[in-house]
Amino acid sequence: MEHYNMNLTLKIWRQKNKQSAGSLETYQVKDISSEMSFLEMFDVLNEQLIVAGDDPIAFDHDCREGICGQCSMHIDGRAHGPWTNNTTCQLHMRAFKDGDTIVVEPWRSKAFPVIKDLMVDRSSFDRIIQAGGYISVNTGNAVDANSLPIDKKDADNAFMAAACIGCGACVATCVNSSAMLFVSAKVAQLAQLPQGQPERESRVLNMVAQMDKENFGNCTNTYACEAECPKGISVSNIARLNREYLSAGLSTEQ
Amino acid sequence: MTWKLFFTSSIGKKFIMALTGIFLITFLIVHCAINAMIFFNDGGETFNHWGHFMGSNLIVRTMELGLFLFLIMHIVQGLTLWSQNNKSRPVKYVVKNSAANSTWYSRSMGLLGTLILIFLVLHLYHFWTPSRFGGMAGIKALDETSLATYNNEEVHNLYAEMKLVFENNLLIVVVYILGVISLCWHLLHGFQSAFQTFGVNHKRYTPIIKGAGVVYSVVICLLFALMPLAFYLHWVN
Amino acid sequence: MSFDSKIPAGEMNEKWNDYKGHVKLVNPANKRKLEVIVVGTGLAGASAAASLGEMGYKVKAFCFQDSPRRAHSIAAQGGINAAKNYQNDGDSVFRLFYDTVKGGDYRAREANVHRLAEVSNAIIDQCVAQGVPFAREYGGLLSNRSFGGTQVQRTFYAAGQTGQQLLLGAYSALERQIALGTVEMYSRHEMLDVVMIDEKARGIIARNLVTGELEKHFGHAVLLCTGGYGNVFYLSTNAMGSNVTAAWKAHKKGAFFGNPCFTQIHPTCIPVSGEYQSKLTLMSESLRNDGRIWVPKQKDEKRKAVDIPEEERDYYLERRYPAFGNLVPRDVASRAAKERCDEGYGVGTTKLAVYLDFKDAILRYGKIELGKQGNTTASQEEIIKAGKAVVEEKYGNLFEMYEKITGENPYEMPMRIFPAVHYTMGGLWVDYELQTTVKGLYALGEANFSDHGANRLGASALMQGLADGYFVIPYTLGNYLADEIRTPAIPTSHPAFAETEKAVSDRINTLMNIRGKQTVESFHKRLGKIMWDKCGMARNEKGLREAITEIQALKKEFWSDVRIPGEINNMNPELDKAGRVADFIELGELMCKDALERRESCGGHFREESQTEDGEAKRDDENFSFVSAWEYKGESNWQLNKEPLEFEIVKPTQRSYK
Repeated sequence: MEHYNMNLTLKIWRQKNKQSAGSLETYQVKDISSEMSFLEMFDVLNEQLIVAGDDPIAFDHDCREGICGQCSMHIDGRAHGPWTNNTTCQLHMRAFKDGDTIVVEPWRSKAFPVIKDLMVDRSSFDRIIQAGGYISVNTGNAVDANSLPIDKKDADNAFMAAACIGCGACVATCVNSSAMLFVSAKVAQLAQLPQGQPERESRVLNMVAQMDKENFGNCTNTYACEAECPKGISVSNIARLNREYLSAGLSTEQ
Repeated sequence: MTWKLFFTSSIGKKFIMALTGIFLITFLIVHCAINAMIFFNDGGETFNHWGHFMGSNLIVRTMELGLFLFLIMHIVQGLTLWSQNNKSRPVKYVVKNSAANSTWYSRSMGLLGTLILIFLVLHLYHFWTPSRFGGMAGIKALDETSLATYNNEEVHNLYAEMKLVFENNLLIVVVYILGVISLCWHLLHGFQSAFQTFGVNHKRYTPIIKGAGVVYSVVICLLFALMPLAFYLHWVN
Repeated sequence: MSFDSKIPAGEMNEKWNDYKGHVKLVNPANKRKLEVIVVGTGLAGASAAASLGEMGYKVKAFCFQDSPRRAHSIAAQGGINAAKNYQNDGDSVFRLFYDTVKGGDYRAREANVHRLAEVSNAIIDQCVAQGVPFAREYGGLLSNRSFGGTQVQRTFYAAGQTGQQLLLGAYSALERQIALGTVEMYSRHEMLDVVMIDEKARGIIARNLVTGELEKHFGHAVLLCTGGYGNVFYLSTNAMGSNVTAAWKAHKKGAFFGNPCFTQIHPTCIPVSGEYQSKLTLMSESLRNDGRIWVPKQKDEKRKAVDIPEEERDYYLERRYPAFGNLVPRDVASRAAKERCDEGYGVGTTKLAVYLDFKDAILRYGKIELGKQGNTTASQEEIIKAGKAVVEEKYGNLFEMYEKITGENPYEMPMRIFPAVHYTMGGLWVDYELQTTVKGLYALGEANFSDHGANRLGASALMQGLADGYFVIPYTLGNYLADEIRTPAIPTSHPAFAETEKAVSDRINTLMNIRGKQTVESFHKRLGKIMWDKCGMARNEKGLREAITEIQALKKEFWSDVRIPGEINNMNPELDKAGRVADFIELGELMCKDALERRESCGGHFREESQTEDGEAKRDDENFSFVSAWEYKGESNWQLNKEPLEFEIVKPTQRSYK
């Protein structure tokens, strides 16, 4: 792969803390290699800021291999930037060219308040899982793993739903800030497995109730979430969630 | 699930939108089919006959009440969604490239719906109010009868009313066509979206549903758009 | 300070059962009064916190990430071993035990490893019950693959995301306990010290990373599940935040550090591309099942890989180790790659890479696939097309990741790979109960030293993390806490908390007041370079001595010239990083000291002075069959304690893969 160097103008959201108002600030970086990752470019900028005596930019990141789900930047109007099926940390600078201006903002949603600069608080996702995103099995209670054969098709579908990394790109990109793709992925995973049957109804009702409590918006089926999901989670999971919710809702006696 | 939850939970709201939407979609088929009878070009005889049937049949009239109820629910729930969803992102993005991941009309259902609503007020004023409350004042003023007689039965002459509204009024025709275009975009998203909300998403069937939605939206709206045009351009008399 | 491994007496395969049968228990009413602190929420931490919560203890769990679901266990790709013998290929608890002891090059404690093998099956059961979607066969039963050169198929996997699925299982169990109120979760918190009262660990000082506040937390016991310290090398496959700080603080409070120099260098990572590189990405070991590793036979080869004819390629692993070929253990494969690159046969712009080639696998699978369809006259293109489809099904996500990072298509040209720091076998010394030399202070998972000896086999890390958390600590912790039921919760107003908090706060103030010129990152990079060059894949006495001097100098420079922007009482990621790098510097010195002391080659530790004539690692069982347990005695001052290793069952032999 031919590589090249570039100079870029960055417009980055700076915000001191939850309470304060933020704004876009402009920065210049020089000699950025096309082989760098997007976050390595941020490292370069931060080193530059520290040496100049400025406050470096706070951003979430950890594994830098696209699996922990911590990185979360809205780049040039898109969650995780211009590549599809991709996280911010796996975006590489060859996606850009010399002289480009790149605008970087945090995830924006009432349910994801900004903590500082590009960092947001996604604990609402944890609380949704707490509401029912599990199978209640205490350690030591399990039967032999192979005593429960599962149709390969169901197992594969459950796995594809379980691939969600909880990054929140679905919420960030949705015009309504809806968390339906995230919630549906967990509901669909567990609803398709025999282990998930005992709590199937209460799970979906409780998780949706928690989702609504967290101030996420309502899904209007634009499918932007699926298009931007780094793990390609399908909106067919949302259809399944709807189905699960309606059948659970209609059959409970509450 | 309590009844309250059914109307207030995010999925409950979607479900109501989809249910009422599907009902309205069905209604549009009937509405469009009957109105399309103007194209028989028989001076409105067939059209008026069926118009009269729809206006006088007890079952249809009862369903009309349901239609209004559903329409109002669709509107109220739609506006609620619009306002809630708007509030769920208090700070907007400075740059948002939504075109990269979704269609503009799927994101603009509230706007399209509002346009349709405005159009609907005008539309009801033109046709529904006079036919139900015996207004037909415009026709009388033209010294024509507001009633037509076929086989010794007197019926509202809706055909004449249409002719009156559209024949010499370019502005109205344009407004109607714009209204129908809004409806078309609204349906393009709404049709398949309703099925997704009902939980129908299947590798084999979803492409069929999506295809049917496009055909439905385009055919229905094209027919509707042709009606005012037909009067204005004197394709029918 | 006790230094007793507390291995139960009796037959090897009865030890754990006997232990469980006689261990002290805590009754349910008392469990409610006992508080346990769990630091870290990876596989070990999340499983421990959830299990202890289920049992009724009052648990507080801490992680520095924004959610427990993001711990770095999530990045493990390949799989998890268990002795289920579902494939009927002769596997057993004994074989898993045997392979692990041998794979660890006879530097692990037999009793611990045997227990690990015993509980391995229950882990799979537990995970399946939690809804972990392991790969399955068409009949609906679990699928297995062979991994890391074992001769049986005992590895359970979920595509290339096994760690993620296992962690999400443990995470969901943890979240359930949080909802039930038995576990209190503190995310974006970092432990900065252990609080000692009457020579027992009784709590921690943690920094709230959002507000910068220091917090005091009491616990009857403290569990460190904080992972490994591979980031001492700056570049590693660890997450950016992975650090040694919690373990290091414990070490300074009296916990011995076991075998710090035992580092695993993983042979198949994406090579470094430039100075700016911040981390390295692993390509799963499973790729070696089908990929062939080679370098050009000619030095300074300028041609593209695809243009180099077959006879000018050196498949050096197949040449040197005909029996195992490309599937030799990680340490052997890594050293062989280094040897070729050192000799000048490396490829790519940096010349620090070898090829991992799937051309033959594509052809082979293509022929098989078309053969199944009865097509024996297929053209080369058809075969390649069918073969690519098979390879994509097996490794699609890895190939995609490779392409995203390098911009090269591995279906068309061979991958470039190079070894990278991946795992640290060393860690806090623990006894059979996972207790460190500090009473009430435990270490689980990668944070302890116990099960992998000098080299970890593939798919064993996930097994150990979950074994410790789900099935070991719930029993062994009770043995300690049973004697603590008369100790009421100590209020954090106790002077020991204030004292420790002050020490932490003083250190932070000192760091902030240096106001030097060099960034934290630049120090970390320099430390990494020293470690990689002199305490990396090959080590020698001269290099290690130099490294110690250099690290001491670096430490001085750090404490006089580091520049940390921002404020103390606010979010300050640079300050967090500075604290971690300061600890890495001290650890680096100890690692070099340990490597210097261990004048033998074993597993991942290769001393150039101790090798056979054909360059293979040479162990010295007579003099070095022990665990090095280092005791902190003050700045740059450690005392070496030796825990002798006795092998009752698996008698040490020289490992041979030829």
